[in-house]
Amino acid sequence: MIKNNALKLYGETLSSRLLLGTAQYPSPQILIGSIQSSATQVITVSVRRESGTSRDGQRFWQLLKQSNCKILPNTAGCRTVKEALNTAQMARELFNTDWIKLEVIGNDDTLQPDVFGLVEAARELCQQGFKVFPYTTDDLVVGEQLLAAGCEVLMPWGAPIGSGRGLQNPKALESYRHYFPEIPLVVDAGIGLPSHATQAMEIGYDAVLLNTAIADSGQPTLMAKAFAHAIEAGRFAYLAQPIAQRDMAQPSTPVAGTPFWIS
Amino acid sequence: MTTVTVVGSGVAGLCCAYYLLQAKYQVDIITASDGPDQQCCSWWAGGMLAPFCEQESAEPLIETLGHESMSFWQSFASKQQIEYHANGSLVVTAPRDRSLLRQFSEQTQGAQAVGSDAISQLEPDLAHFKNALWFEHEAHLEPRIFTQALWRSCQELGASIETSRRVSEAQFKDLQTNSDWLVDCRGLAASDVLNDLRGVKGEMLHLYCPDVSLQRPVRFLHPRHPIYLVPRPNNIFMLGATMLEVNASKRATVRSVLELLSAAYAIHPAFAEAEILEIGVDARPAFDDNLPKVRVDANRLYVNGLYRHGFLAAPAIARRVTDYIDSGLRCNEVFDANYS
Repeated sequence: MIKNNALKLYGETLSSRLLLGTAQYPSPQILIGSIQSSATQVITVSVRRESGTSRDGQRFWQLLKQSNCKILPNTAGCRTVKEALNTAQMARELFNTDWIKLEVIGNDDTLQPDVFGLVEAARELCQQGFKVFPYTTDDLVVGEQLLAAGCEVLMPWGAPIGSGRGLQNPKALESYRHYFPEIPLVVDAGIGLPSHATQAMEIGYDAVLLNTAIADSGQPTLMAKAFAHAIEAGRFAYLAQPIAQRDMAQPSTPVAGTPFWIS
Repeated sequence: MTTVTVVGSGVAGLCCAYYLLQAKYQVDIITASDGPDQQCCSWWAGGMLAPFCEQESAEPLIETLGHESMSFWQSFASKQQIEYHANGSLVVTAPRDRSLLRQFSEQTQGAQAVGSDAISQLEPDLAHFKNALWFEHEAHLEPRIFTQALWRSCQELGASIETSRRVSEAQFKDLQTNSDWLVDCRGLAASDVLNDLRGVKGEMLHLYCPDVSLQRPVRFLHPRHPIYLVPRPNNIFMLGATMLEVNASKRATVRSVLELLSAAYAIHPAFAEAEILEIGVDARPAFDDNLPKVRVDANRLYVNGLYRHGFLAAPAIARRVTDYIDSGLRCNEVFDANYS
């Protein structure tokens, strides 16, 4: 029997299973509207580009704070371990949180994680007391090493960042789920449609993190709502235990006693 | 005679002053700069008049204001004998990102999808692009020439001008008493009294590239950095612009400049040999919805938040400000109802 435990990330209990990125919205007002209509409780904020060196008097930051969401600072765009460590430390000071979404980018075209640098940076940050949310691939061994480094959440990708392609390798993501049954797992990146998010939730992921699919859509606030419903639908479906696929038809109405003909 | 003091000499202040002078008010302009110069963010603007392309991310109001402003600029240019380029604009992308072109055309109106034949007729130097979107009814202008022309016209129409004067809040009270109307167009400098005004940092470059010739602005779509190139006279190109939610830094970062230059290189490899004439940085004043607003506080009007739409919005806003001073007519789309 699957239990509907509330989502817990590093001791924080969350009722929404959507983690939302805050970049690329047409205006801060639309961003705030999207946060509200998605009902998200965790928003990611890119440290390098959106915060500068000081947050004094920054309207954008003030608005994010007013949303009452938990802030998950993001080392987006970092290419080396050192850069990621510096950014994480800056984030801790700026946002007064030990949460950090760790990205160490290995390739500019695909924005895929440099998993070697990722593990190294995660180990160092965990030692420094950070609560690390690593953006990783669906490689199981890397996942194990991230856990050994001290991570308590894993965030494998669905597809390259911003590509909107959905889960490119659902079988690998399913294995990942089965391999780490007790670890909170978040599909991070590559989601384009609400149905992609549903699919991730149906195979048992604990949450979905996305940005572009909402921010770049024609109506972000409406798309945010669509994702909220889709994620809830996928979660319910997972809890409700879907039927197994069959090779033959099985009528849902009993056929005994009804006439049939053989041609 | 009714007197109006306009504070600020960016495109918003100068358009307001010009409209009010045309309507026979006595106008005093007070500015912290020496006229239109690098202290105003209008100085660093692209000068694209792209009401259709802007629909991709802006509210419909910008399109409405944009069409009206374009007619103003066009007739202003012919009066002043300065160049207004009604050559449309082109939107291109790298072959692997061509889905962005489809998305862009869905989120805007008036785009014609064109292939390499049409592209090479419009812009022979861009013949290597196989697909583009062509926005026939867009235009561009050179912001520095136009703000300087506005400045001169205001002087010719009899405005009194006080430069290098930063007005303190206490002095504003005096100005409010001494003139019939006060129009505060200070942009980000007004953020001490407009606490929901924020700066959106923008970085741009001017390049000299004798090997490339373009007739119209070219937008280059990229998943992360939409970038544009606006031709200026004498093989100079304005390359812009980043949009960062930061108002702290006054200098361009290496990353931003790299991104901008990579985009120029992707539009045409000859930009590798271009000379960098200038790297500019400033912050655009914006409200939470990124829309321009007029706020009324007794006889003081705040005109602000033009964001990246200074040239696209300023004349249309100035007309509405003049209407209000003339007759109390409030255009609900730009006059802020939540403000008293």
